Amino acid sequence: MQKDIHERNSDSPSGAGGYNNLTATLALAKASFRSIMRSPSAVVFTLAFPLIFILVFGFLGGGGTRIDVGVTPGADVNNPVMGMLEKTGMIRLVKDKSKAEFDKLLEKGNVDAMIDVHRKVNSAAYSVNVVYTSASRDKGGILKSVLNNIFYDKTLKPTVAEIKESTITGREYKTIDFILPGQLGFSLLSTGVFGTAFVFLSLRQTLVIKRFFATPVRRSSIVIGEGIARIGFALIGALFIILIGHFFFGFTLVHGALTVVNMLMLATLGVIVFMGFGFIISGIAKSESMVPPISNIITLPQFLLSGTFFSIEAFPSWLQPISRALPLTYLNDAMRKVAFEGLGLWDVKFQIMILLLWGIGIYAVAVKVFKWE
Amino acid sequence: METKKAIISVKNLVKKYDDFVAVQGLSFEVYEHEIFGLLGPNGAGKTTTLEIIETLRDKTSGEIIVDGFSVDKQPQDIKQIIGVQLQAAGYYPNLNLIELIELFAGLYGASIKPMEMLEKVNLQDKAKAKYKALSGGQKQRFSIATTLINQPKIIFLDEPTTGLDPQARRNLWDLITEIRNAGTTVVITTHYMDEAEQLCDRVAFVERGQIIALDTPDNLIDKLVSSGFERKKEVKKANLEDVFINLTGQEWRE
Repeated sequence: MQKDIHERNSDSPSGAGGYNNLTATLALAKASFRSIMRSPSAVVFTLAFPLIFILVFGFLGGGGTRIDVGVTPGADVNNPVMGMLEKTGMIRLVKDKSKAEFDKLLEKGNVDAMIDVHRKVNSAAYSVNVVYTSASRDKGGILKSVLNNIFYDKTLKPTVAEIKESTITGREYKTIDFILPGQLGFSLLSTGVFGTAFVFLSLRQTLVIKRFFATPVRRSSIVIGEGIARIGFALIGALFIILIGHFFFGFTLVHGALTVVNMLMLATLGVIVFMGFGFIISGIAKSESMVPPISNIITLPQFLLSGTFFSIEAFPSWLQPISRALPLTYLNDAMRKVAFEGLGLWDVKFQIMILLLWGIGIYAVAVKVFKWE
Repeated sequence: METKKAIISVKNLVKKYDDFVAVQGLSFEVYEHEIFGLLGPNGAGKTTTLEIIETLRDKTSGEIIVDGFSVDKQPQDIKQIIGVQLQAAGYYPNLNLIELIELFAGLYGASIKPMEMLEKVNLQDKAKAKYKALSGGQKQRFSIATTLINQPKIIFLDEPTTGLDPQARRNLWDLITEIRNAGTTVVITTHYMDEAEQLCDRVAFVERGQIIALDTPDNLIDKLVSSGFERKKEVKKANLEDVFINLTGQEWRE
């Protein structure tokens, strides 16, 4: 008995049980987050860079867009649908023309679409009939998105019984709806790759990690703490980009806050996968000056080929398989589907699965090449 | 002296790199509450030895016990009771001194007041400064502050005074002596023999990975003198460093 107690006492003061890994992990996350926020390059790559592109494309494209929609002669004009369309500020309703005149304008693309709203027989609801023209595909696409948005509006929904559409064009969105998810994806890619690579290389080279190893902290705490900080920073950046896009450039968020949450969940997955590239680079780079070239080898092709600026369908067919092999392609694709088409995460499970496969592959390599010292 | 209790015991320590033996059969003990100096030329194996005791490096063979814990079996327990200052170690970028201390407090799981730690090494005025902006002496004092966060029983200082001006050096000696007087055992490496003579209770000379002498500085000097050694030049009552301090003053320049 006596011996038993003695042994327990001698073990307890410094026993590993008294040490809290969570405290250590959070202390590291806090330190790393502070450091990132004060690092100019992180802020530039994650926020300024994507925002500049969004600004440029926002003003080039979305800002000045005006869609001329002909109102079919004889249609009911005093209904909430028309009112909502006019309120968007993007749509000009063209009235007081004959059917023949409209047909000509439609043919030339001078009118982007025709709309016809009728109260349904024996019902309080409206029937909406839209005719697009192939002469104005992109504006037709925008109108489609506007209509989509309007019909999700709570006040209007009960009064609209059905929408009939014809000559449905391809998935051409507002410029911002295309550009923003791409920029967001690229922002996540650069913060994941560059940030992680630089931090771990410099922590290793300046012996910061070695000094950490002289404390009881676990290696997993170092990686997780750093990961929490980077994901947190990336998500704040993503939220910032989404909100600026939404409120200043009319970026479409079909289900509002829910869509934002879905996008942020995708962003988290994206940045975790991309951080894997960063771990690999920090392992193979011999000095800090080697980080940018290696990082660019990974980020630039994705920047150009993953549908950041242009739809990959616009690429020559021999290039498309390459595009379709890159992880950013799938993140961008999932982001656009979630934001613009209002899909849930389960609907983009294919894209998520490809990202996960990339993640497994990347981390398998990272575990091999990552160096602590 | 005779009843001193060993807090670190190193037996037959060997460290081999591929084709190079850095440490070949080192044995020594460090007593509680002493300042123990490891002296020797560059590449003699001092830093390697320290880092093995600090659990930062694997050994090839030998046995090391630190305050009853074995480096093989209880490295985590050892890390809890030691403070380590590495030669030329950096700190997390973009953080000020208070934030760095907070970080280390989290890593050690210690609850301390960061400002009090800085006061211990007289850096309270630099609380909001970045590590990079500190002078050489301030950097070393800060490094020592980070070794004290977990209230360690032993601290290891690897060449803490290298590159410092005479004032900063003396100031650091005072700090190290204070830490020892507060009950902490100090293990230090240095290239400066005047420093070892003034600061250390006992010193070990390391050469080519082996200990070639171990005793108090006084005994080692007496032994050499009794063997008939004489300095070429008669020693004056002051040296050039005394002149330097006398001319430029005791206060720190930073």
